[in-house]
Amino acid sequence: MQLVLTEDQELLAKTAADFARAYAPVSRVRALRDAQEPVGFSRTLWKQMADLGWVGILIPEAYGGAGMGLADLAVVLEALGRTLAPEPFLSTVLLGGQVLTSAGSEAQKQAWLPGIIAGEKILTIAYQEIRSRYDLNRLTTTAERQGEGWLLSGKKIQVLDGYTADALIVSARTAGAANDADGITLFLVPQDTPGLKVTRQQRVDNRAVALVSLNGVKVGTEGLIGSLNGGLQVLSHVVDRATVGLCAEMLGGMSQIFDDTLAYLKTRQQFGVLIGTFQALQHRAARLFMEIELARSSVMAAARAADEGNPDFTSLVSLAKARCSDTFILAANEGIQMHGGIGMTDEHDVGFYLKRARAAEMTFGDAAWHRDRWARLHQY
Amino acid sequence: MADLEKFRTEAHQWLFDNSPSSVRGLTLALGEGNWGGRKATYANPDMKHWLEVMAERGWTAPEWPIHYGGGGLSKAEAKILREEMARLKLPESLSGFGLTMIGPTLLEYGTEEQKREHLPKIVRGEIRWCQGYSEPGSGSDLASLQTRAVLQGDYYIINGQKVWTSYANLSDWMFLLVRTDPQAKKQEGITFILMDMSTPGVEVRPIKLISGSSPFCETFLTDVTVPAKNVVFKVNHGWTVAKALLNHERTMIAAAFGSGVGRRRTIRDWARDYVDFVGERVADAALRQRMVQYEMDNLAFKLTTDRARDAAKAGRLPGPESSMFKIYGTELNQRRQELLLSIAGPQALGWEGSGFEERELSLTRDWLRSRGNTIEGGTSEVQLNIIAKRVLGLPD
Repeated sequence: MQLVLTEDQELLAKTAADFARAYAPVSRVRALRDAQEPVGFSRTLWKQMADLGWVGILIPEAYGGAGMGLADLAVVLEALGRTLAPEPFLSTVLLGGQVLTSAGSEAQKQAWLPGIIAGEKILTIAYQEIRSRYDLNRLTTTAERQGEGWLLSGKKIQVLDGYTADALIVSARTAGAANDADGITLFLVPQDTPGLKVTRQQRVDNRAVALVSLNGVKVGTEGLIGSLNGGLQVLSHVVDRATVGLCAEMLGGMSQIFDDTLAYLKTRQQFGVLIGTFQALQHRAARLFMEIELARSSVMAAARAADEGNPDFTSLVSLAKARCSDTFILAANEGIQMHGGIGMTDEHDVGFYLKRARAAEMTFGDAAWHRDRWARLHQY
Repeated sequence: MADLEKFRTEAHQWLFDNSPSSVRGLTLALGEGNWGGRKATYANPDMKHWLEVMAERGWTAPEWPIHYGGGGLSKAEAKILREEMARLKLPESLSGFGLTMIGPTLLEYGTEEQKREHLPKIVRGEIRWCQGYSEPGSGSDLASLQTRAVLQGDYYIINGQKVWTSYANLSDWMFLLVRTDPQAKKQEGITFILMDMSTPGVEVRPIKLISGSSPFCETFLTDVTVPAKNVVFKVNHGWTVAKALLNHERTMIAAAFGSGVGRRRTIRDWARDYVDFVGERVADAALRQRMVQYEMDNLAFKLTTDRARDAAKAGRLPGPESSMFKIYGTELNQRRQELLLSIAGPQALGWEGSGFEERELSLTRDWLRSRGNTIEGGTSEVQLNIIAKRVLGLPD
């Protein structure tokens, strides 16, 4: 495993950074929030990102994608994470697109992947429920047999881009007892299906999440994804990979707020001197620098492990997510403290990073959950 | 590439043919290997033989030029040599400050005469070196050092005191910093000079630490006469040399701690002997949490040193980030030692004598000794200053 960017990746990182600065600054995230419109991201920008080839990075060439790896996508996500861009990479590329790529039927792939790559179709997964916390197997949504198909009933929460998605991939129990690993199945449910109700939720980080209720939603055999009762394996693997993408976004967020804080230490004066001359602040900044460096190494290792089929992949995902969760929050907390009063105002951007840090922490498992998973994987 | 693979085959064969079978697989603790010098002692006669064959080939210093006794290997070849040594489970044939610190410094700053005089003796393990930097009044503020060197004809007369000189009692030569211009700004009046420890006026006393006996010494210098040609680089420009050398030292300390490579027992192995398990899990959840946090931080640190190494291979220069490795590596080692105390419990309280196993007694001493890790080689606080100013560009 080489923990260094290739020349192509460096070029991609630069392109993405230039793009983010020019078209997707944090001021845009603020405007999206203030506008209170339900989509929550820019369809025009999403289309542009698709035209740049970023949306299809992970999708095989056979369907029009680039067939590249997570390590490549990670540099794009990091750059966009720096400006908190809310475009639907997580939902459409890392979750929905990856479920279909890894487990979808040929017909499902043909129907969805080209549209995703073109930036025209939004796809997401509805997996989380009010009591599931971070365990993908803890769900109460059911799918009962009805003739050739199924009837889905249940409630999902905080479905990423659920409001705009053209279809939702729903995890439901088709066999077994509560919390069983076996007996979970994935279904593709188009947005306009009768019995499906999608309500936009307002979250602290303003990402476009939705409450989804399924009241006897009818799904035919063409909606079954992968094998009956074998959905958890697909879901777990896709969520692990998506976690690496989320970590890359978090790495961008923590790096940016750290840079902003450093810049403030170099310009803000108190007691007649720059506050960056104070050793109390210098040492805290130096410690934060080290933590971010360790986070970066962990994310790079996890992404490369995914691409190389390394057996330590799952363990490295937990290492990266635990570390990114802790460090993003630390960077945002320290950012507010070192900015002082101005950091507490809504007018300043630092608060947006703190809010995103917490929301990202609680997506796909927080630090404690991942440390515990790491412990079990290593027989602790 | 084909040449490198040919080199690998040849190196492997040569190592196999020339290494005594008894040294293969020999695990040596820190400080137990060959350190060379006139007062050298050897773990066994085969270790002496191993040093001799490797020195003959120049492979004790594989990357140094052949005309100074080195192996003349490229970076890539030296890496292959290390890999093949690891494959045959061969221990280092020679360690010490000669190879890691003064040798590289002379290669960069030494005169031709100094290189010809000293480098071959380092390669052959004939001369052991120690470092005379710190003084009783100059710890973190190293540049405030007071040891005076006054020029008289072709000689400097040196008076002063050095402290924390590791293995001064076992070393033959010292490289040291002396003040040659007391009027200049403190960094600008310092000279880097080489001194034979057998010169009259040099007196060495070992220092006892909170952990017991130690390799550290105090070195008293009274009217010591050192030839002026022993100055390295320019008079009053010793600080430049010292800074370059400190980077070598930090990297060495960071490599010695933290990463845990080659460690015989993991913290989990220790836990197996001292605490309750429920199935495969440590029963005490709070202790388990500390262990896991340590292991995960250690892994992230190792990945970061790997990343720095990969970046260096890709042509990016190592910079003041070595300070980060020094801080994190030493703090990890301290956390490990404290964790082992918690794991061993009352059995970690032994000082000597009956009722304690040998490894338990080492645990106590190692824990006490580890408190010095964040002080020696530049305190963590000094390293944080370096990161703040040189990496982050924060103002003075």
